Amino acid sequence: MEEVENSLGKLRQCFRSGRTRSVAWRKNQIRAVLKLIHDKEDAIFEALQQDLGKHPVETFRDEIGVVKKSANYALSNVKKWMAPKKQPVPLLFFPSKGEVLPEPYGVVLIFGSWNFPISVALDPLIGAISAGNAVVIKPSEQAPACASFLANILPLYLDDSAIKVILGGANESEQLLQHKWDKIFFTGSPRVASQVMTAAAKHLTPVTLELGGKCPAILDSLSSPSDMKVAVKRIVGGKWGACNGQACIGIDYVLVEDKFKSTLIEILQKYIKRFYGENPRKSGSISRIINKNHFERLQNLLKDPFVADSIVHGGSLDEEALYIEPTILLNPPLNADIMNEEIFGPLLPIITVDNIRESVDFINSRPKPLAIYAFTKDETFKRQILAETSSGSVTFNDALVQFLCDTLPFGGVGQSGIGRYHGKYTFDTFSHEKTVMQRAFFPELEPRYPPWNDFKLKFIRLAYDFDYLGILLLMLNLKR
Amino acid sequence: MGSVEKQTEVFDSEAASSMVKELRDEFLSGKSRSYEWRVTQLKNILKMSEDREQDIVKALHSDLAKPELESSIYEISMLKNACTLAIKKLKHWMKPEKVKTSLISFPSSAEIVSEPLGVVLVISPWNYPFLLSLDPVVGAIAAGNAVVLKPSEIAPATSSLLAKLVGEYLDNSLIRVVEGAVAETSALLEQKWDKICYTGNSRVGRIVMAAAAKHLTPVLLELGGKCPAVVDSSINLKVAARRIVAGKWGCNNGQTCVAVDYILTTKDVALKLVDALKHELEGFYGKNQLESKDLSCIVNSNHFARLTKLLDEDKVSGKIVHGGERDKAKLKIAPTILLDVPQDSLIMNEEIFGPLLPIFTVEKVESSFDVINSGTKPLAAYLFTDNKKLKEQFVMAVSAGGLLINDTVIHLAVDALPFGGVQESGMGSYHGKFSFDAFSHKKGVLYRSFAGDAPVRYPPYTNGKLTFMKALMSGSILGVLCALIGLSKN
Repeated sequence: MEEVENSLGKLRQCFRSGRTRSVAWRKNQIRAVLKLIHDKEDAIFEALQQDLGKHPVETFRDEIGVVKKSANYALSNVKKWMAPKKQPVPLLFFPSKGEVLPEPYGVVLIFGSWNFPISVALDPLIGAISAGNAVVIKPSEQAPACASFLANILPLYLDDSAIKVILGGANESEQLLQHKWDKIFFTGSPRVASQVMTAAAKHLTPVTLELGGKCPAILDSLSSPSDMKVAVKRIVGGKWGACNGQACIGIDYVLVEDKFKSTLIEILQKYIKRFYGENPRKSGSISRIINKNHFERLQNLLKDPFVADSIVHGGSLDEEALYIEPTILLNPPLNADIMNEEIFGPLLPIITVDNIRESVDFINSRPKPLAIYAFTKDETFKRQILAETSSGSVTFNDALVQFLCDTLPFGGVGQSGIGRYHGKYTFDTFSHEKTVMQRAFFPELEPRYPPWNDFKLKFIRLAYDFDYLGILLLMLNLKR
Repeated sequence: MGSVEKQTEVFDSEAASSMVKELRDEFLSGKSRSYEWRVTQLKNILKMSEDREQDIVKALHSDLAKPELESSIYEISMLKNACTLAIKKLKHWMKPEKVKTSLISFPSSAEIVSEPLGVVLVISPWNYPFLLSLDPVVGAIAAGNAVVLKPSEIAPATSSLLAKLVGEYLDNSLIRVVEGAVAETSALLEQKWDKICYTGNSRVGRIVMAAAAKHLTPVLLELGGKCPAVVDSSINLKVAARRIVAGKWGCNNGQTCVAVDYILTTKDVALKLVDALKHELEGFYGKNQLESKDLSCIVNSNHFARLTKLLDEDKVSGKIVHGGERDKAKLKIAPTILLDVPQDSLIMNEEIFGPLLPIFTVEKVESSFDVINSGTKPLAAYLFTDNKKLKEQFVMAVSAGGLLINDTVIHLAVDALPFGGVQESGMGSYHGKFSFDAFSHKKGVLYRSFAGDAPVRYPPYTNGKLTFMKALMSGSILGVLCALIGLSKN
């Protein structure tokens, strides 16, 4: 507790000294992040392999590449982002200047997650730095190799008077949360997010909460067989391709019309085999389950006999290797846990409906997810999904790729989160937008001041309507 | 009609839950999403403000003894402006915003769609009970939400009038008013809302945020703080004084979140400033300022007691250089100026929210910034100066919701400037389009085609794919070529 107090005190001092405010400092730190991930690429591959059995291609695509892209984007834009933005001021206040000036919050806290332990820590870090803050990162202890990596390597590259990594588990997180932060950025589960926000409320600390939810994929009928193949291939990629289902925007379940279920299952199986071979465990291309807790959690989802009965592919488990085979279920009972909790694993329920339009009600009867995926060429259906469902984001005809789109805000709504980031939104999420207005001493608007009379009342009414002609007439004594 | 029954019914958690469910069902029907519904409601608020202006002025006078000009102008006109702007711009605000996409997701197109959050709660304060109730409601409606308004019980006439007017002019299937005090507010706060907007003090702000945290409800908190006005030397002191008076006693007699709370200046300017302030106060409110009809009363005896306690503290009671008179029965305190108050006095550590203006002197004007930064971040900070360098220092060094140089308070009237606090003074902002945004979810939408799939995306992963992946993600020409090869393979 004292140590945190100490560290926090030093960070506050550093921030107050103004050290983190200059463009030069911010750019240098971002360049240092770039250098770090370049120099230590192999170490990062190794850490992800250790924590999650992630293949280097996945690690590059989802962790290193993401950080590199964010860092380059921030480097090119930080100066522009920092600049005050001019805003129009009504003529009534002439001469006046109005602008919005972004300023850093101060000392911010970033909670990393275990599924993308490098990018979910460093991507927000880049934003916090571009915005000029001092930062504490608390990596997830459930990915220990990556946590150690961050704790050991970051101080070698970054300015450790302003950027610190604090390791620990639930106890340490609780301790951190008792202190006053200027902003907290959290990625994780809704249960813990609620605790984070409750702690933040004590100090009126603003929060960004990146959560998850049951992200559905709606598969409409696609007349072209090659489109169908691409769609299902992307569904396979969107389920098992990113950390083996352990991703906030991973596809949780699929909705499809009953008549297409067999085709869907067939093509799913085909692509699972193509991607992972006969024995996915040996493919090296699929991540394993993070730890025993989550393994047991997933195992329990399959224990319900009705759920077990609905398995049409896969289902094998290896506790020692923390391996669960890519598993497809057909219409498990809707009241089972697997259809009410975020799965966060390699189990894919397929829910059939009579008419694909029923998907909308199905999704709406559940908490708002972080993403909705819809594979369809029907423009009317697309519009219906957009207008009638609510989610962090919607992607048509693909999955996961919205994550790479820097111009789209990435964040949830309702149970899937508060706030957003990526691209400039990360800079914004760590900034306070300060209004700055300047006026001159002249001219003076006499009617602003008491004692009040009818003339002043008339003037002010016209002023509020910005009725300049009326004001002129009033001044010339022509308005009644 | 059952309305008498309604008044005696207790509005408890069950009633709140049932009301939220009703509103949510109605919201899910899609009714509030249509442009027509939103514009109709906004036009009705406008009509209501125009038709019933006299009733509103009367209620505000009953609650706060507000001079007619302050009610008409500050409250009603500002609200009407908010409506007019929203009506004018709504179509534009509702349009999806197209955004660029990059090579990585080629071919694709993307946009950001604004959608309503759902059922929102607006809790408003007693000091501008009409404006600060309906201004956020205007934003919530413009964004397509269902709204519950809980006006402050400390301004009972306005609260009751709002309940009546909303009942008469607006669509009650989606817009409701719940009157009451702590019990009713607590019952409301137990429910799951899609957003809560609270305007008031930071103590209750914490309670609201903690309640919201249980349901992961986002919040807009408009709080307050000690808004300082720094006064430099060699300026037009007369104009500065007028603007300070207008921004202190002219704003509900100091009971305003952005009112000038205290002054920071150097010793030599302080004395001249006191004279200038006295002169302007007399010009505005006459010699007997305690009796002036152009000054609001203190809202109730609690706040009256709170303010007199600040004045009577030993450390400061000898520092009064103007005013100090009070009338407990009429809840009036005369405009009061105090000079050279000690930094550790109560009056320099609590938000005053009343007609007391302490002047705190510093050695050099730049030291003011340290004094400001030693406290919590206020909603607004003011500086009167002609010195360009001092202005720049002020803007860089002082963190507040908003800064205004050479005037007070009026930055609120500029729609294009977001109005909100930071840290202790709040989170989030509104006014103008920011109100629409505050009550919207900005949903990212990506459209992809079935063509264009780099095989490098999919397993089995090989070292070769790693090389391609790196090139593709770096956007290099080689990577582009490879991506195109990927396209043609499909």
